[in-house]
Amino acid sequence: MIHPIPSGTRDVLPEETREVRAITDALRRVFERHGYGEIYTPALEYESVLGRADMAEAQPAYRVFDESGAVLALRSDMTVPIARVVATRYASSDPPMRFCYFAHCYRGVRPQRGQPRELLQAGIELIGSPAPEGTAESLTVLCHSLDAVGLKDYRVGLGDASIFPALMASLQVRDEARKGLLEALVLRDFVGLEQTLAEAGISGEASELLLEVPQRRGGPDVLAEMPVPAHDAVTGLRRVHELLEPAVADRVIFDLGLVRNIGYYTGAVFEVYDPALGAPIGGGGRYDELLGRFGRSLPAVGFALGVDRLHIALAGEERGTGALLARSSDRGPWSDGGAAAAGQTPVRSGPSR
Amino acid sequence: MSATNGLTIAVPRGALFEDTVELLSALGLDTEELRSNDRKLLFEDIGVITMRPSDVPTYVEAGAADLGVTGKDVLLEQTAQSPGEGGRAVYELLDLGYGRCTMVLASKAGPDPALEALRRLGVMRVATKYPRIAARHLEETGRQAEIVEVKGSVELAPLTGVVEAIVDLTATGTTLAENNLVVREEIVVCTARLIANPVAHKLKAAPIDDFLEQLRALPAARLG
Repeated sequence: MIHPIPSGTRDVLPEETREVRAITDALRRVFERHGYGEIYTPALEYESVLGRADMAEAQPAYRVFDESGAVLALRSDMTVPIARVVATRYASSDPPMRFCYFAHCYRGVRPQRGQPRELLQAGIELIGSPAPEGTAESLTVLCHSLDAVGLKDYRVGLGDASIFPALMASLQVRDEARKGLLEALVLRDFVGLEQTLAEAGISGEASELLLEVPQRRGGPDVLAEMPVPAHDAVTGLRRVHELLEPAVADRVIFDLGLVRNIGYYTGAVFEVYDPALGAPIGGGGRYDELLGRFGRSLPAVGFALGVDRLHIALAGEERGTGALLARSSDRGPWSDGGAAAAGQTPVRSGPSR
Repeated sequence: MSATNGLTIAVPRGALFEDTVELLSALGLDTEELRSNDRKLLFEDIGVITMRPSDVPTYVEAGAADLGVTGKDVLLEQTAQSPGEGGRAVYELLDLGYGRCTMVLASKAGPDPALEALRRLGVMRVATKYPRIAARHLEETGRQAEIVEVKGSVELAPLTGVVEAIVDLTATGTTLAENNLVVREEIVVCTARLIANPVAHKLKAAPIDDFLEQLRALPAARLG
């Protein structure tokens, strides 16, 4: 008999579980070593509580009624539940507070490769530690975790969610036009961005800046000659970078167009890439205003890794045949040219183990 | 080192093939084998893979190709058009200008049968190979529609009375006219676009930007 399970979910059998467990055990050891205490929260929360956060694309998608008619929602991430925990259970504790978690989250996505509706996330939240120190600590834990898992060729894209809005504000882009421009950027539709700029009557230098700045990415040199409105954000990124130990700093690719699809990010944002996978493995950033919505205003930063994606990337690296790996290893030019240009150590060519 | 900087590019077979190969040649890529061998799919030494246009986003999203060329019609159908909508996650980098076509709503000549269906039955039936584009357009214009997805000649559906209208891509309008169909609405103009894999866009930033710069430096005529 075949009994179906919902689209976007799956069973994990012993052989895979053993490999996943090895990954989460390694992550947990690093999180604990850095002082992050593991917590569990209910998978179901009141919708009205989760709804305090601006989740944008990652809005909770699955709801049920309880026996008294209240609407419950399956959590779509762990950041919002932890914000609730901090505001209620740690209302008078002294910051900073450090939490880590391994939890299933639920999203209403159309299932594709690596895009399940039930996903296992591993991550940390650092509450009460402002930029740049908190951001640097979070990036350090991130890289130490990935190192411990054995991922070799990963890079961390680092940007700031406030750059594009600051640019728009200083260039006097009308309020009505801002939403459309930001949407085009979130979709990474640069052709659409150019069209939307033209339709909004933005031309000349302003248009060039709004098109060019979000496409800047690479080594620290991309932070040079930044337009004045982006100055604060870029100075912030530079400070974070200066605080990083060399091994972590070398992993960073600055990406001034980085915007994440979750609404609560306020400052630095980051994403993890590996040549063995065509999609980001995880990401995070600063959410300095989220805790305030739960009644305890504290700056905060954190990240979440998709454990399954991490597993796929690890397996790809081990085989030496990941998505972007297979070809570049045969034909040397990119691995030297691209990596050197991005200020990185060359990416390994060929199978490593 | 080749003009593609060691990048892999997904090139669409079909209507966009000639112009795309022309473009790659203009960048100094040796495209002779690509032109002469229409059964081979993988041209590793020049970093090209070939496939039907509607498969290009699939391969680029998975990272099997760093860059790809496909029609805006394919992107409108397969990628998110507003944040939160599902779809293939690829970056749209450049409008290449060629392969210009129009997505239209068409119905049989004479009094518009779609209007009559809407008035009397409250819903119009529309055949298309582009169900998302059709549904989005009809929703945005406030009409109720039943979308009938077909794989082959869309023109057949209104002629046999299966539907009252079609949404399809047309370059010259010849096929529509031959089948006694007239364009009622132009939905969107579609041209060839250069797309990128999101991770390649970060990890191979320098070669991708260099490739874009070479493209932009070509005489405008090359880009349609």
